[in-house]
Amino acid sequence: MSGKRDITLNINGEDFTVTVEPRRTLVDVIRDDCGQTGTHIGCEHGVCGACTVLVDGEPMRSCLMFAVQADGRRIRTVEGLAKDETLHPMQEAFMKHHALQCGFCTPGFLMLAVGALEKNPDLNDEQMLDILSSNLCRCTGYENIVKAVKAAAVVMKARV
Amino acid sequence: MTAKPTNWIGVSVERLEDRPLLTGQGRFAGDIGFPHQLHMRIVRSPYAHGKLSGIDTSEARKLRGVVAVWTVEDIDDLPPIDFREGPNEKLAPFRQPVLAKGVVRYVGEPVAAIFATDPYVAEDAADLVELDIEETDPVIDAALPTSGFAQGLTTEPTICTQGYGDVAITFKDAAHVIEMDLSIGRHSGVPLETRGAIGRYDAARDVLELHGAAKVPHKNRESLARMLSRGTAGIHLYEGHTGGGFGIRGEIYPEDILVLVAAMRLRRPVKWLEDRREHMIAANHSRQQRHRIRAAVDKDGRLVGIDDDFFHDQGAYIRTHGTRVADTACGILPGPYRLPHFRVSAHFRLTNKTPAATYRSPGRYETNFVRERLMDQIARQLGLSRIEVRRRNLIAPEEMPYARPLVALGDEVVFDSGRYEELLDKALARFEWDELEVAVKKRRAAGEFVGLGLAMYVEKSGLGPTDGARVNVHTNGEVEVITGGASMGQGFETVIAQVAAQTLGVDYRNVRVIHGRTDRIEYGIGAHATRATVMTANATLVAAEKVRAKALDMAAQLLQADAANLTIVDGVVSRTDGSGASIDLGQLAHHLRPVSPTRGEREPSLASDGWFTTDHMTYPYGAQFALVKIDPGTGGVTIEKMLIAFDVGRAINPMLVRGQLVGGFAQGLGGALFEEFQYDERGQPLSVTLADYLMPTAHEMPVVDVMMLEDAPSETNPLGIKGAGEGGIAAVGAVIASAVDDALGNQGLITQIPITPQAIKAILDKRKA
Repeated sequence: MSGKRDITLNINGEDFTVTVEPRRTLVDVIRDDCGQTGTHIGCEHGVCGACTVLVDGEPMRSCLMFAVQADGRRIRTVEGLAKDETLHPMQEAFMKHHALQCGFCTPGFLMLAVGALEKNPDLNDEQMLDILSSNLCRCTGYENIVKAVKAAAVVMKARV
Repeated sequence: MTAKPTNWIGVSVERLEDRPLLTGQGRFAGDIGFPHQLHMRIVRSPYAHGKLSGIDTSEARKLRGVVAVWTVEDIDDLPPIDFREGPNEKLAPFRQPVLAKGVVRYVGEPVAAIFATDPYVAEDAADLVELDIEETDPVIDAALPTSGFAQGLTTEPTICTQGYGDVAITFKDAAHVIEMDLSIGRHSGVPLETRGAIGRYDAARDVLELHGAAKVPHKNRESLARMLSRGTAGIHLYEGHTGGGFGIRGEIYPEDILVLVAAMRLRRPVKWLEDRREHMIAANHSRQQRHRIRAAVDKDGRLVGIDDDFFHDQGAYIRTHGTRVADTACGILPGPYRLPHFRVSAHFRLTNKTPAATYRSPGRYETNFVRERLMDQIARQLGLSRIEVRRRNLIAPEEMPYARPLVALGDEVVFDSGRYEELLDKALARFEWDELEVAVKKRRAAGEFVGLGLAMYVEKSGLGPTDGARVNVHTNGEVEVITGGASMGQGFETVIAQVAAQTLGVDYRNVRVIHGRTDRIEYGIGAHATRATVMTANATLVAAEKVRAKALDMAAQLLQADAANLTIVDGVVSRTDGSGASIDLGQLAHHLRPVSPTRGEREPSLASDGWFTTDHMTYPYGAQFALVKIDPGTGGVTIEKMLIAFDVGRAINPMLVRGQLVGGFAQGLGGALFEEFQYDERGQPLSVTLADYLMPTAHEMPVVDVMMLEDAPSETNPLGIKGAGEGGIAAVGAVIASAVDDALGNQGLITQIPITPQAIKAILDKRKA
């Protein structure tokens, strides 16, 4: 394929300048060209949400976006949640409430929940359930994910 | 955590696995890569059945970046995918070839393989391969009469039959005969991570490596050695993180063979990642069966005999498991009930669909649905309550151990322990069944479609015969447990660390657990059939006890004390009365180095192997209860209340057991209400995305109450444990069917799962008309 383009993705505060075909998906470029493999690919058709990242603060399916569309935008992935050795309250809560088993869907859920709560720290239970229903998990049965997100919401709000 | 606990078994500690998974540092198959690797893309059959007379790869080969394109002619020296348990002459002709030869038998069957420098290019090249296939009529329904598979072979490779007693006479003399025709849909594990395999040949060491392995790396090494005509010493498998297993991941598939052979022949690492559509049509399916079953019961509703003929839809080929799912279904069908006479025949049939094998609770999810539907129907026909008919048939604690002349997973069925009726009573009280019955009656009178359901079941776990582990204390005091187990996300590392920690007297966070690597330990049982905890934890216990004894013996010399008066707390050995000096395990390991003068005649190293052997499986058991409501407008089902009561013998980590039960329930709910691989009349798969194959989301999950019991510890292992991995899912089809049927007026109308809104709507509309 011809017509490669130079783009710059800002991932977790770091600029990655890469040359990519316009057809390459954002998730492939984040993983393969930028080496940030914490973001996972579960379906490549926008249903499972494992590839959810924050693009300018908005939760996005990075499998449904071309990397060239993210040129110059600020992207946050699971690798950016913890600050040095200190886990983000959402990560802490997932551990405490056993909200992950195989851990494959986890980065997507973490980014989805963090993105949603940063936008609206006062989500009620129904809104939270609606948002979490947009991602799939095959191990946990969701109960502990919902518990963890609720617990993290309280901590996140207290820190603002 | 504040004060350091000394007990680790039975404690809901946080998982050792979590931190890398939460911070994006996992090593799933897609995260593994090697310099100069090639990417493989499979060209798959677009037809369910047809004569393959030509493959034109010329255009694909011209594409820049394409290194090789293989069809069957390039690999004709390879045998078909072998059975895990070794050769089986009768079933051998039905094995799947690595690439299709002359005929294609399902949509998704591998026909050619592209190897390219870039995965996008590989996919472009796959689109350029032209297949010359003459479509022929497919077999879609396994219950129809058989047809030809190949010269001299029919689509029924075998009939699995089990039984005992005299069923014919039983039915002639029976007070009542109850008949049903029951079907289970085609489901599968559908893990969030699709499959992946990376083959690498290290010519310097003459070692062939398979990365992205899972489930049974050691057994698979043996199969690969047979198939590739190599010694096992020259093959190693490496399990990284696995994004869900559920029975389907970790079996040997054509793609695994192709990356290995290509790595050797092309002398470059070869990486293959499945896409989701491929996963839905190429990875193992499961479950689909149709049972024509009848029960003979006496005038009081006691089972006298069961006679069952079922059709097992195996799909296009027989894969690594052979006939195991059908065999297990036969052996486990009678469940927790006394059954004097029994005959079952599994018609093991090939169709033109994706081949089938195990999916979490294989053979039990299906037969629990069948048997419990039958029990409800017996209650209905005899005018008994659904509870009472079960009470009259449950095996009593005094009958344990209860041997049944049946075989499941090659093992004679002997229930080791169980207090079935006690569990039923406890669960009924917890669920408030009696109160709910009154409430349901009132709501129905007010026009609501609400219903109660229950299901009882016996699970199986801990299939042996033997597993080993090695416990090794390093000189810094860190404990390494080297196992041949496998981790599919169930918390294996944590649980094994808890057992080692408690036995040795160390903090579980100071234990490192190795799994899924054939280069670290010679044998390993893996993680399948709910056996990892039972087998590997008990082997770890044996090894850790030996290391403890050795540590105390060495410490006794150094501390000038009697070993019997010493204890180990948080990795430090001291006198039980607290007097005198102490020494930590790292120092003791130092004293036991080969060069240490203090070692004396002792074997070097503070390490030991441990082996655990069991004669029989162990049988956890449970009951599930549901209260459901049907929306008559849409046919949708809402679960208002749900209880799983399950006896695990003894829980090592209750939080993880609960996690297994609730997570399993969610998958079971999918199979009961939503999930199904559907095909059209030409054998085209209709469920190829996650938007067609509907798995439960957070919205569909009810609150699940879990009553975890430890009333009947296993008699087959020192830890007393029974596996929990499949207890959550096993009876969900059964319990939801029971409740939905009740909501529809208890007429025995629910005879298949998944119970779709369309099916419910049709029942309601028919009634209206």
